[in-house]
Amino acid sequence: MTTDRLSGMALLLLAIFVVIETRVLPLGTHSRPGPGYLPLLLSSFLAILGIILITRGRLSSSWRSVKWSEGLHALAILAGCVFTTLALETLGYRLTMVILMAFLFGVMERLKWWMVGSLSLGLSFGSFWIFDTLLKVILPRGSLGF
Amino acid sequence: MVETLQNLYLGFSTALTPMNFIYAFMGCLIGTLVGVLPGVGPLAGISLLLPTTFGLNPTSAIILLAGIYYGAMYGGSTTSILMRIPGEAASVMTCIDGYAMAQKGRAGPALAISAIGSYIAGTASVIGLMFLAPPLAKYALGFGPPEYFSLLVLGLLVLGYMTGGSMVKNLAMIVLGLLLGMIGIDHFTGYFRFSYGVVALGDGIGIVPVAVGLFGISEILTTAGQPKRPEVIKPRLKDLLPSKEEFRDSVAPIGRGSLLGFLIGIIPGSAHIISTFIAYAVERRVSKHPGKFGKGAIEGVAGPESANNAASCGALVPMLALGVPTGPIPAVLLAALMVHGINPGPLLIKEQPVIFWGLIASMYVGNLILLLLNLPLVGIFVNFLRVPYKILYPTILMLCVVGVYAVNSSIVDVWIMTLMGILGYVLRKYEFEPAPIVLGVVLAPIIEMSFRQALAMSDGSYVIFLQRPISVIFLVAALTMVLLALKPLLKKGKDWRERLTKAEKTEDV
Repeated sequence: MTTDRLSGMALLLLAIFVVIETRVLPLGTHSRPGPGYLPLLLSSFLAILGIILITRGRLSSSWRSVKWSEGLHALAILAGCVFTTLALETLGYRLTMVILMAFLFGVMERLKWWMVGSLSLGLSFGSFWIFDTLLKVILPRGSLGF
Repeated sequence: MVETLQNLYLGFSTALTPMNFIYAFMGCLIGTLVGVLPGVGPLAGISLLLPTTFGLNPTSAIILLAGIYYGAMYGGSTTSILMRIPGEAASVMTCIDGYAMAQKGRAGPALAISAIGSYIAGTASVIGLMFLAPPLAKYALGFGPPEYFSLLVLGLLVLGYMTGGSMVKNLAMIVLGLLLGMIGIDHFTGYFRFSYGVVALGDGIGIVPVAVGLFGISEILTTAGQPKRPEVIKPRLKDLLPSKEEFRDSVAPIGRGSLLGFLIGIIPGSAHIISTFIAYAVERRVSKHPGKFGKGAIEGVAGPESANNAASCGALVPMLALGVPTGPIPAVLLAALMVHGINPGPLLIKEQPVIFWGLIASMYVGNLILLLLNLPLVGIFVNFLRVPYKILYPTILMLCVVGVYAVNSSIVDVWIMTLMGILGYVLRKYEFEPAPIVLGVVLAPIIEMSFRQALAMSDGSYVIFLQRPISVIFLVAALTMVLLALKPLLKKGKDWRERLTKAEKTEDV
């Protein structure tokens, strides 16, 4: 299996998914196209592109050759992103950011504890002060008032 | 001519008010920092700062954001010359001879010529923008839905072609972007499309979470676990002055780079990157000593650096005159105007002269500010490069979250950013370009509206796109792009797009 063939299959599956989802939308007529008209056209085109990639992709590199050396690091950062998204409005901006920064500086980057503490608190509260207090960009407080 | 001068006077009286001057200065300063710091490109930088402009008037907001845009083009050269790491993608070509000069102890002159070239190119292309945009806007007033649809199709296809790499993959990314842009309420019928009961998706997917996710988050995911960066060379102020010979050798490349960059900037696509690539190739071709290139030729710095600054101004021509963004960065600038209730399009210059001419005048001022910022203060900016990436990336991540959340105070936007980050990360691994997705998301509503209006006008006949002369011209140009993309299949040897992709991969973007 090559990278292009794998990509082509993913695009084809996506196109089929969109076609299925478009069925619930009125297609309209040629003179009065409905909300499903253009998505159907586009997904058909996407399917064609997917098929081209599958048929012409035999010469591209093997999917095993894609290097994921930073994969674990990326996964941990993503976990941090997901946590932030889940906690932002519950814990509030400052508390969520302190936890996220502490995780990234302390667990991921193994900085000294005093650096983890000062950077996490400084960045979280500092950015809140700049954006929320100074620039009047409203950031979530959460149930604890942070 | 008299009218232009009167308008320019209006522009300067707007740009030189204390507040607008401060915003231009702030934009240039932030832009330089954005350009200097690898991992924060101008697109992510502008997207992140977009919410902070909500409280400003539209003129100040666009002056600030445009300052970040062209400021980043100046700043991007610093890391290229001193570390061989392009601060932003358009500085890739500067790495080659800029870093070679730095290794020979000529980092100062390389930085100076880069800043002077950027200043000359930036100022010259603002003059071009000033004279070209108003007549183009007047001409575009005659465009109907078929012309707009064909123009947008041309824009997307040119972007697909110019981005480099596989045209099929680029087209797939354009289609993906268009499909993402169709999420939300259909403005013709009120139907919810692909929103799965999420009320926040009713207004569609915002450009900021898409841009920040695809460029900011995916960059962090890709680079955070990478090995350490090389040491930074720090030039002294007294070493900045180029020699007479270096000045003489730079004059023509700056002139050629300015002209090429501006013209390429007008064409849709990743204009900055392409303009630097072409400017470098032209300089090497016309040089009497092509063997010097790659070993520290000042022409290899002057040409590309002038070109990328001129291209950033050129890209504003279709954005301001037609309301059509030529790439993801003008698309975000356009979105910023729309957030402030300004309708982009051919009427913008006529209806909002203060915004248009204020922006033009601020760019004259901004280029001068950038020259002053980038020459004597280069040592200060270099210090930012000493911040270890393990401290930098969590800070960037935090700014991404703030920037995205602040646009609509919506947690759904933060989810979209995260998902787009994952998508961007996987796409990079499989050699897909994420830039066409961003443009697709922005253009989807306009392209769908003009498509449906055109079909309604013709009672469902597609022939309408071939009956209108301007539309035919655009479609023929679009077809040419497709045929050019097919050329490598018929002809042996690498075309310039493949060489561009190779050059980008060779340097650590």
